[in-house]
Amino acid sequence: MIECCDLTLSYDQQPVLKQITLTLGKPGITALIGPNGAGKSTLLSAIARLVKPDSGTVLLDGEPVVGNQTLAKHLAILRQDNHMEARLSVYDLVCFGRYPHSGGRLTDEDLQKVAQAIDYLDLQPLQDRYLDELSGGQRQRAFIAMILAQDTEYILLDEPLNNLDMKHAVSIMKLMQQAARDMHKKIIIVLHDINFASVYADQIIAMKDGQVAYQGTPEEMITEPVMLDLYDLPMQIQQINDKPIAVYHL
Amino acid sequence: MSYPINRLMLACLLAIAGAVAFLAMNRVVGWSLTWQFRSDKLLTMLVVAPCIAMSTVAFQTITFNRILTPSVMGFDALYMLLQALVVALLGSVALSDMNPYLKWAGEILLMVAMVTLLFRWLFGGKRRDLFLMILIGIIFGILFRSATDLIMRILDPVEYAAVLDASFASFNQVNKDLLLASMVICIVPMLALWRWRHRFDAMLLGRDQAINLGVDYNRQVTKTLICIAILVAVPTALVGPITFFGLLVANLAYQFSGTHKHAYVMPMAVAISVTFLVGGQAVLEHVFNYGSALAIIIEFLGGLVFILLILQRGKR
Repeated sequence: MIECCDLTLSYDQQPVLKQITLTLGKPGITALIGPNGAGKSTLLSAIARLVKPDSGTVLLDGEPVVGNQTLAKHLAILRQDNHMEARLSVYDLVCFGRYPHSGGRLTDEDLQKVAQAIDYLDLQPLQDRYLDELSGGQRQRAFIAMILAQDTEYILLDEPLNNLDMKHAVSIMKLMQQAARDMHKKIIIVLHDINFASVYADQIIAMKDGQVAYQGTPEEMITEPVMLDLYDLPMQIQQINDKPIAVYHL
Repeated sequence: MSYPINRLMLACLLAIAGAVAFLAMNRVVGWSLTWQFRSDKLLTMLVVAPCIAMSTVAFQTITFNRILTPSVMGFDALYMLLQALVVALLGSVALSDMNPYLKWAGEILLMVAMVTLLFRWLFGGKRRDLFLMILIGIIFGILFRSATDLIMRILDPVEYAAVLDASFASFNQVNKDLLLASMVICIVPMLALWRWRHRFDAMLLGRDQAINLGVDYNRQVTKTLICIAILVAVPTALVGPITFFGLLVANLAYQFSGTHKHAYVMPMAVAISVTFLVGGQAVLEHVFNYGSALAIIIEFLGGLVFILLILQRGKR
């Protein structure tokens, strides 16, 4: 389990996280939703020790994440902006996922895991292509393959559906669902589209103004009063295939 | 040819050919006498070339860019300022009377301290815009150069000549003992950078991914910066500033090594660096009879590469 205790963080005196105490990381998919600037990405970054909180601690299975040398074998994070100067092929990138285990010298077991991850995301035809030659969706799949090759129990994804068309967004979410089931991963995803959260998540955590506002199953969360309070926008909730779907476009 | 290892072998052969050419061309006396005359200069270049190559590649990896180098950031200008300050404060007589080891050790220590501080301050916080960094570097360069100019104006002509003498890259007049000391002091940071080659690979993915993969990022950057500072200070103290050479060498190495792996890129940069410096000097001395100074030609080519790289980025 991931336990956040009293997590507080400000950027330039602007509070982003306000004393968050939260336990998350049940098996399956946990979706983090909330309006822009609610602190979702920052919370994810603080959990993965990418930003240092002003106060408070994050524990992973009882151990603090800061200073934990083997954390990379247990928890992986993928952020939105993955720009780089070097020209890497898809295969090279996926190999990096094994760095925490092998320190750069790949063993047979590492190569096997890399091949599995590439298979899992159907990247064989692309594996020798360079990342800058790929479309946004293909690139995203390559990065997810790297995270899967890292073979961690916990996977944190920060808006993985950004810039993806509907077909690719659906296929990524299906893949995550499958990975959660097949490999018992604990996946935490920041999502903007609440309907994706409703359909694919096992639980939803909603943030607003740097605090956790609501927490529950999709059925409990995707309701008209909760959404109105969260997004300040009236929504109609309809049941489609037993899933609550929010309509707010009209 | 396409395998990185083959490319690296080829580059190493070229570097060795350059060194042999430098020693063997236009030889009029016996080998031992030729060695006596030419070995100092050759060894100097063999210290300077790898220092610049390794420090530039490591610097560009930890700062996520391929345009900035320690010298583009104005640190050779810092060296000139230090020189001018020493002359102004102590006088040129004191400068030439000073124990050369002491002067040299002091210069390197000061450079390391200031460079590490500056790097930390500039790159310590959040990731910043590349063009802002180039601008800051250029402004620092101008600041250091103007301060040097100001001091030079205050100096009397004899002391002015002493400063001027120290401010141009020259492979022709090097103290042999300092050369040996430089070799010794460079070995530790070189080996350290080589040991971290896999970590540098992971750092190519950016700060966040490097941390995700388990690199202790902040500590690694500090350790690398200290190594870089030493490797910048040593060649500058030996032969003076060469601004664009590192940029030229590092970018050629990225192009030719055919892989992102530092296990290949770093030795490739060293080989290219040696080839350019030693081979260039051989051609210049023995074919064109000292028609021009090598440093000027290298600066010209490196400057062109710098402009090309900036134009290329603007298009993207």
